[in-house]
Order: sequence, then structure tokens, then C-alpha cells
Amino acid sequence: MRPKNPHPAGRREHGAAARLFWPLAALALLLAFNFVFTEGFFRLEIRDGHLYGVLIDILNHGSRVMLLALGMTLVIATGGVDLSVGAVMAVAGAVAAVLATKTNLPFGAVLAAALGISVVAGMWNGLLVAGFRIQPIVATLVLMVAGRGIAQLITDGQIVTFTDPRLVFVGNGHLFGLPFTVTIVAAALAVTWALARRTAVGLFIECVGSNETASRYSGVNVRLVKFLVYAFAGFCAGVAGLMAASNIKCADSNHAGLYLELDAILAVVVGGTALTGGRFYLGGSIVGALLIQTLTTMMYMRDVSSDVAPVPKALVIIAVCLLQSPVFRGQVSGLVRRGVRRLRPAGGKAS
Amino acid sequence: MRIAIKQRHIPLAATALVLAIVYAAAAMKFPGFFSLRVLVDFFKDNAFVGVAAIGMTFVILSGGIDLSVGAVVGLTSILIATLVRDHSVHPLEAIALALLCGSALGAVMGCLIHFQKLPPFLVTLAGMFFARGLGFLVSGESIGIKHPFYARLMDVGLPLGGAATVPLTALVFLAVFAAGVYLAHFTKFGRTVYAIGGSEPSALLMGLAVGRTKILVYTLNGFCASLAGVVFSFYGQAGNPTWGIGIELDAIAAVVIGGTLLSGGVGYVAGTLMGVLILGVIQTAIAFQGNLNTWWTKIAVGVLLLVFILLQNVVSRVSVRPGGAKRRPAAAGKTPV
Repeated sequence: MRPKNPHPAGRREHGAAARLFWPLAALALLLAFNFVFTEGFFRLEIRDGHLYGVLIDILNHGSRVMLLALGMTLVIATGGVDLSVGAVMAVAGAVAAVLATKTNLPFGAVLAAALGISVVAGMWNGLLVAGFRIQPIVATLVLMVAGRGIAQLITDGQIVTFTDPRLVFVGNGHLFGLPFTVTIVAAALAVTWALARRTAVGLFIECVGSNETASRYSGVNVRLVKFLVYAFAGFCAGVAGLMAASNIKCADSNHAGLYLELDAILAVVVGGTALTGGRFYLGGSIVGALLIQTLTTMMYMRDVSSDVAPVPKALVIIAVCLLQSPVFRGQVSGLVRRGVRRLRPAGGKAS
Repeated sequence: MRIAIKQRHIPLAATALVLAIVYAAAAMKFPGFFSLRVLVDFFKDNAFVGVAAIGMTFVILSGGIDLSVGAVVGLTSILIATLVRDHSVHPLEAIALALLCGSALGAVMGCLIHFQKLPPFLVTLAGMFFARGLGFLVSGESIGIKHPFYARLMDVGLPLGGAATVPLTALVFLAVFAAGVYLAHFTKFGRTVYAIGGSEPSALLMGLAVGRTKILVYTLNGFCASLAGVVFSFYGQAGNPTWGIGIELDAIAAVVIGGTLLSGGVGYVAGTLMGVLILGVIQTAIAFQGNLNTWWTKIAVGVLLLVFILLQNVVSRVSVRPGGAKRRPAAAGKTPV
């Protein structure tokens, strides 16, 4: 008997490029489908020097989940999860809107306050997880529940509209012919990648996620690493919250970022980072976020009601998860092998 | 050993204490609070959260999580309403069919979690999207349930003497609670759930039916979630695909405030009942107060969650055995996803 291969997917794990294969293939499949069946999906036009088109829309609307997914990737890589990012988005938007309308603070101070509060929210999560050693899912649940209440407290339950052109620019402006949000995401990705992959930080994060005890014995400051990734996730959520509020020119504490934490987690997992922690793939998470947004935009264009859109989304999630699950792959390859054996002519056994 | 058992009871005792304090404080502040009628109303108004929370208790005890509950509530209500209005199905049959659908969805999720070893968090997240979308596919708008049988159900109740009557929704809640206590503490299924939550590999090595129990836990929760949807449709005499958003969070919060560890294996169904009542008292008290806004409820629930999580943390850290091995070394480890 042949011993069972302990890593059914082992042959494919040749680093980030191979890991990106499935999400990229799924994205390519979706785009190909739309190329053939959805009219105008690939049409791009230039108006007032800005690019417009469905593809640009996908980049623009996907920007929030992409940003959240960047922070979430690092958190999930340490074996944690951050459920509070949607609520933190609402808090950041509320702070920015209230400060911009009710005070005369300079624009820089408004931005700094909104992002600062988001980082503090992230540090709070980090304190609970790293300091008090509370399970991440529970620790961040606290802020997920209370965060929206805090945001409503800040805005006094109102929807605060603002007109400050600089604040509106964050979510609606254009730079280099592309929406400004795309620039923000690109910058965030570049910075995160440089910090994580060009310094030892990324290695520490993967190390903590793979084996916490071993990391501690090797001298990695596990608590500090965990604390920092949650603070970073809070920062990403703050930027995403500013973009969301700016896009609609108001802070809506009830709906800003609602369920986006789930989309972000989904994007990370679809991108190949396992929920158990360890190896992480920033590029994969971005592709995952784009995949989700492409699916959503495609539903709109094909006149599927936005309410019904979750059904195909759910099926895609399960399909991608199954494709990445070692158990499922083992079963499929077993079936294929058996099928091939049966198809072979009887004499083939001699070889 | 006696000390260890006592320590395990601390979260439950703390929950009971908090319930007593919150209730006493509210009763002292608002004269009308301490009455049989208000007490009955707690059970009536929180019946759907309660039913969902008791199903959730089993899922969390087994070390899992289910995010699909709220979506199943919406799906169930709209399914019943559509069946009754457009297909002239008798409400009783419609309810049975809806309960079957909810249980089936739970069973499918359980199978994916067990057989494919996918994380419960992701599978039930997909389940949430699926159920929510399916609800809208059935009907995009609210549909009233106008059937003499449904209207008559609202009048069913258990007279308690005086002016108070226990309505059907509260009776359903109490029945589910009783069934939950029986299942968790007096059956083989319940013991296996605790064993899986404590340590799945150990449960496997003990020869327990881990797979079957895990699938049953998610099936049971699917049933409870759809029953919560049925209860919800009693209140409004209607079905609506948007109903039930966030119920899963209330249910999880009630379970945690009730003293159940989210890492699984430790907790009581009775704690969940108290957790639901604490949430109910806070909501009612804030409504009684009048000048406090609803967002204070969210903040209060968040603070309570925090207090209980910290308390559990202290309790599980104190219970270090003389040998030095922690009873719950997983406290800071992997998430239960």
C-alpha cells in the first residue's frame, strides 16, 4: 500500500505565485464570462481626462474591501480575526463628519483625528487579544457591537452631511485619470508590502501564526506583533471609513461598513491565506476583493436584484473554499485517479 | 476537584448576580417594572432571540459558531407568508415546511464543516448570504399573513391568574428552553457536544460519534433559527426578507453573557436564558427611561460583553492545576473558527 500523502496539495505550494493561481483563475473566468455575455463590460471611455467604465467602477467600489483586506490579512496571518472593522469604519466617518461640520479645525487635523481614533480602536482590540489573551473573535466582537453605538453617540444619531471639498475629494476625486481611491489602495498595498516583505515584520507575523510557542522561544515578541497588526487593521478601517463617508458626502453610522468585515475576511480567505494563520498573501487578498466586487458589479449589470445577489456570492465562496481545501482536493484527485485506472485497457496493468 | 467545579460555576453565578442587580436597579427606578406583566413581556418580546440563542448555545458549546441565524429568520418568515398567501397552504403545513428548510440548511452547513473540514465561520457566513438572498428571491417585499388560523394563534395563551397571560410566543421560548436543558445535560448527545467542545481529538479517541453530533448540532441550530423566524412572524403577522438582521450577534452576546466560553466545552443552557433576560431588561429599562437613546443599548451590551469576557479570562487563568498545566491552555490560541 502506498502511504497516504500527508499534504495532498503539497505539489502546488511553490510560493505566492502558485497560491494566486485559483483566485486569479476564478477572476479570469468571471471576466471571460462577462467579455462574452455582458455587453459593455470592457468598454472604457475618457471624459474630462478621467477614465470611466465598468472595470474602473469595480476598482473604485472594491477599494474599501481591498483596504480592509490588507489589514485583515495580517491579522488573520497571526491566527486572529478582526470583526470590528466595519464598526470602526462608521466611527471614523462619524468623527470626520462631525469635526468637519461643527468645528473650524484644519483639514489635516480632521483627518488625523479620524485616523487616530481608528488606530486607538485597533489598539484596543490588540490590547484585549495580546494583553489579556482573549480569543480574537470574542475580543473584537465587543467593539463590533459597541462601535456602532459609539458612532451614533458621536453623530447624536443623525446622518451628518458635509461639503468640505477636500473631504469629498477622498472618495470622489480623480488622480492620474483614475479615481483617487485607487491611488490610496495602491499606496497602501505598496507600503504594506514593503513593510511586511522587505523587513522582518512579515516573517514575525507568519511565525506567530504558525506556532506561537515556538516563536516565543525563538525570541519573537509575540504580544507586540499581535498588538501591532490589530492597530494596523484599525488604521486601514479608518481610511476605508473616510472613503465610504466621503463617497456619499455624509456619515451614516447605521450603514457605513455594515457587513464589510465579512467581505474582507472572505477576500483574505479567497486569496489563499488560511484562517488558522501562518503564511499570508497580500496580492491574493487584493485579488479576492476584486473577485467579490466583480461578482457584485456583474449582478447589477445583468439586472439581478442587489438583494438576491448574495445567493451566487455564497455559492462562489463555498466553491473557492472547497477548491482550496486539502480534503476536497484529495477526494477529487482520488476520484480522478480511480477513473483513469478504470479507463485504462486491461493490459495496462503490466506496466 | 471540588474547587475546580466551583470555579466553573463562577461565570454562571456572575450572570445570575448581574441579572439580579440589573433587574433590582430597574425595578427601583421604575415603579411599574416589578410586575408579573412586565416579566411575562420579557419572555414574549425576547422569545425569538431566546430561541435562537438556545440553538446557538449548542453550536458554541461544540466549539463552533453560526452566523446564518438572522438570515434564516428572515427566510423562514417570508417563506411562510408566501406559502400561505400565494399557494394557499395551511399555516401549520407552511410552518412545518419552513422548519424543515431551516433544518436542512443547517444540516448542509454541518456536513460541509465536518466532511470538508471547512471553518464554521466561513461556511455559516456563506449560509447567511445564501439564506438572505434566497429570502429576497422568494419575495422582495413584506407580505402579510392573513389567515384566521394565524390570528387565532395569537390568542392562545396560558392564563396565570390576574391580568397576566403567557402568550404562545413565550410558551414556545420556554418549551425550547426546557428541551435545551434536557438535551444538553441529560442525554448522550449533550455529553458528546461538551466533549467535542472540550477537545475534539479526545472525543474522537474516546470513540464518540463526533461527526454525527457536529452535523446534528448545526441541524438543531438551523431548526431553532427557523423556529425563531416562525415566532417573529407571529409578532408581525407577516413575513419580510429583511427581518432578523443582527439576531445572530444578539444570540452570541446572550450566550457569552450567559457564561458560556466561546472556545467551547464550558457553559449552561440556563446561563443563556439569563443572558437573554439581561439583554431584555437593559432594552426595556432604556425604553422606560425615555430620554436615553437606543444606541446606549449597543454600548451597554458591548460593555457587558467585555466584563464577562474578562471575568471568564480571569476564571480560566486562576484554574491552573498544582502540576502547572493550565486547564484551558487554548484561551489565547486559535480562534474557534
